[in-house]
Amino acid sequence: MIEAAAYCVAALLALAALGVGVARYGPGRSTIYAASALVCVALMWIGIASLGADAARMKLPLGLPWIGVNFRLDALAAAFLALVGLGGASASVYAIGYGRHESEPGRVVPFVPAFLAGMTLVVLADDAFAFLFAWELMSLSSWALVMAHHREEGNAHAAYVYLIMAVFSGLTLLLAFGLLAGPQGSSPGGFTFAAFRASPLPPATVAIVFVLAMIGTGSKAGLVPLHVWLPLAHPAAPSHVSALMSGVMTKVAIYGFIRIVFDLLGTPSWWSAVVVLVVGGVTSVMGVLYALMEHDLKRLLAYHTVENIGIIFIGLGLAMAFWANGLAAGAALALTAALFHVFNHSVFKSLLFFGSGAVLTATGERDMEHLGGLIHRMPKTAFAFLVGCVAISALPPLNGFVSEWLTFQAIVLHPDLPQWGLKVAIPADGALLALSAALAAACFVKAFGVSFLGRPRTTQAAQAREVDAFSLASMFTLAAICLLAGVLPGAVIDALAPVTQALVGAHMPTQMDRAWLSIVPIAEARSSYDGLLIFFFIAVSAWATALAVHRFASHRLRRGPAWDCGFPDPSPATQYTAGSFAQPIRRVFGTVVFGSRETVTMPPPGDTAPARIEKHIHDPAWETFYAPVAAAVGGTADWMNVLQFLTIRRYLAFVFVALIMLLLVLALWQ
Amino acid sequence: MIRDLLLPDMLIEGVQMASVLLLAPLLTGLVRKVKARLQRRQGPPLMQPYRDLRRLLGKEVVLADNASWLFRVAPYMIFAVTWVAASLIPTFATGLLFSWSGDLIAITALLGSARFMQALAGMDIGTSFGGIGSSREVMIASLAEPAMLMIVLTVALVAGSTQLSTIAVFLASPEAGLRVSLALALIAFIIVALAENARIPVDNPATHLELTMVHEAMVLEYSGRHLAMIDLASFLKLLLYISLIGCLFFPFGIAQTGSGLQHHLVALALWLVKLTIGGVFLGVFEMSIAKMRVFRVPNFLGAAFMLGLLGVLLLFVSQGM
Repeated sequence: MIEAAAYCVAALLALAALGVGVARYGPGRSTIYAASALVCVALMWIGIASLGADAARMKLPLGLPWIGVNFRLDALAAAFLALVGLGGASASVYAIGYGRHESEPGRVVPFVPAFLAGMTLVVLADDAFAFLFAWELMSLSSWALVMAHHREEGNAHAAYVYLIMAVFSGLTLLLAFGLLAGPQGSSPGGFTFAAFRASPLPPATVAIVFVLAMIGTGSKAGLVPLHVWLPLAHPAAPSHVSALMSGVMTKVAIYGFIRIVFDLLGTPSWWSAVVVLVVGGVTSVMGVLYALMEHDLKRLLAYHTVENIGIIFIGLGLAMAFWANGLAAGAALALTAALFHVFNHSVFKSLLFFGSGAVLTATGERDMEHLGGLIHRMPKTAFAFLVGCVAISALPPLNGFVSEWLTFQAIVLHPDLPQWGLKVAIPADGALLALSAALAAACFVKAFGVSFLGRPRTTQAAQAREVDAFSLASMFTLAAICLLAGVLPGAVIDALAPVTQALVGAHMPTQMDRAWLSIVPIAEARSSYDGLLIFFFIAVSAWATALAVHRFASHRLRRGPAWDCGFPDPSPATQYTAGSFAQPIRRVFGTVVFGSRETVTMPPPGDTAPARIEKHIHDPAWETFYAPVAAAVGGTADWMNVLQFLTIRRYLAFVFVALIMLLLVLALWQ
Repeated sequence: MIRDLLLPDMLIEGVQMASVLLLAPLLTGLVRKVKARLQRRQGPPLMQPYRDLRRLLGKEVVLADNASWLFRVAPYMIFAVTWVAASLIPTFATGLLFSWSGDLIAITALLGSARFMQALAGMDIGTSFGGIGSSREVMIASLAEPAMLMIVLTVALVAGSTQLSTIAVFLASPEAGLRVSLALALIAFIIVALAENARIPVDNPATHLELTMVHEAMVLEYSGRHLAMIDLASFLKLLLYISLIGCLFFPFGIAQTGSGLQHHLVALALWLVKLTIGGVFLGVFEMSIAKMRVFRVPNFLGAAFMLGLLGVLLLFVSQGM
């Protein structure tokens, strides 16, 4: 199996090389995307097939001469390999249609297979060098894709911020692996993951590695306050790449976190669980609040990625808390919830980004304030997008609800944990999770309502056309997966059992053999949920009611102008916009979190000047963490600027002084 | 979980589904009557909501020119989802056939689905009233729903289960006793129930002053059978919340699995008494308080959220609280 996966990676790299040549030609592009879709389907199949199998290893004589490149395909890697395959396949199929409208194919086509190869290699890597190499390949190829449309305003800035954060993430991971290797790192095989697992570390080192891993993988995944690059970079890339970055790459970052913290470091300490819980909870609520303030469709989706990463980290934190206290069954439940949400988010976020890409193709607009009424012009896209919205808002009977339900089950599972930090952090996370779920629903009412419902706000929106069959096929496949995973959650839970078994030594009870296909996390008396029955009940009662009403009551219908309390206004400008829709929530939450203010300038009676409302919003993460650093770097650079304009004598003096200093240090050292 | 498909269980489920549907308009009629009497008015007869529904069902639908399929599907979806949620609640008996298919979290989320559809339908025509209604509805929901979930977690921690039947059985047993956390949850629940059902002081179900409406503004464009479905769904929701208060906080007399027919009939009568008391209390409460400004509502609901969180925290600190 692992050999097949390696061949797939080689095939993706070959496609990337081939892409350089054929990107200019339409059929060539389609072929590249079709081929990469096939390879990704193969990867997905390999992942699913090796979920229950024993770990397979492979060593290639590449890379550093004394360690080579080690690959390993265990249950965790297999699960994420399947995820990369699914995301890559759907994005590739989508790109066959979407890519026809690409203005810079030469800057996009070669990098997509390379990006996919990078993500696959991260999942397969079994030594520090291979992992970091693959990690940087993933970062660099995605950076190139963010830069694809570099002439558009803001994209170069987005790519710059992304590059800095990617370098930062790579650096922290490098240090983490260095500490993991310890003194024996110079021995042959000292940098393999097997060596890391075998050598126990002192608690202080474990703590530092944990923090470094959290920063390194968290900045790639988008944990607050390391998320700043994400809402800039994800929307800047072409939509299928946005879907890959949001839906798959952030999950690969989570894979990195699980690999280092759960696998390499072993049983965590309870305080590290508190750290993960706090960061996860804050991330989930901050992400959704940022999203509510947004009116750019793709940026809104990117901020929701931040929110969902927070939810996943809440699940991971719960798993760590239970595991630290020796509660293996609870840890298995929480970890399953987190991994289920990883899968769910990957599916519906890809779907939503594809939908936003379809809107972009049809109207040329990402700004929701310029959209509206698309449900009439693009009914199929609208339906698929609606399914994604319901799924991400954690509403039954779709899949998003199941993973959040499992997370809530984990939250109420063990109120008797001994540590006070956990006694406070777990209920607080319950509250934050509840808040973010409700706010997410509000945000997706806004996203769907403003873009797809109502009346068109611009001519582009009024003249939109439905997108091509490839894009639609990809979206509808993902929508079907959202429904299937929602009504048959037991299948996903059972598939994840080997992963939790390998990591925390326990797994949830087998679900698929239960009657009526319901899921029971712990015991029947405790909790159960049956998505299939709920879906069936809703469908039957809605259908039967509609039928009965039409049969026995009235089925007459007349079309007329909108009522609007007797004052309909023909101008679409009188509709609620994204900004006005979110105004109440901005006023309730934004004044505290974003320091948002509104100033209304009302001209005196008789004056014909327009009334103005201005809103001001501050980004707390940027202003607290990044602006000071940027200011310090800028200030230092200004101050050092003088050094560029010195005479040759002064430069020589500098060299001389530097030499003296070095010698002095050396003399004192000895 | 899956008991044999016993006839009694089927019967109880059937009675439950039919009774919630048939009683819901009566409950709303009762609340209206109580309010009218307190205002020294005669008020409409108790049966008026049924007549309203029949009249609406018989009328033709006047649909705005640019209404989409979503606008026409939403009333049936909202009704179906609310009905499914209502039939999962053990109102008078715990032996519901399908109560295990969704727990209290699922019921909360089902009501969330109904609201999601409702808010979307409010935005479909693209009028300013629909927008204002939807926008305020999601603002209220963004605090009411987490508060509700906190209450659910409190009750789940007390009973060691999120399954409503188990919770009701546990809370009806002497083991439950009087607890601080449940008292906090009850207060929070009443606040949430007022907000979720668009009652005073959060919203006014009888308002004709457009700028103060939330729920009524969202459904402004609906007419005929569509409006009937939405009205019926909101009647059902009121019944659901009062039954839920009964089931969670006053579960005495609820018929448990295996008890005889006589016990079930007594439990049914007790449920009716609970509904009547709840309806009268609601009417009296609504008459004795003024409607809040819309931006005072977050404070009101924030209090419910905090009470719920406090209940959960207390239970994490000590299981006996």
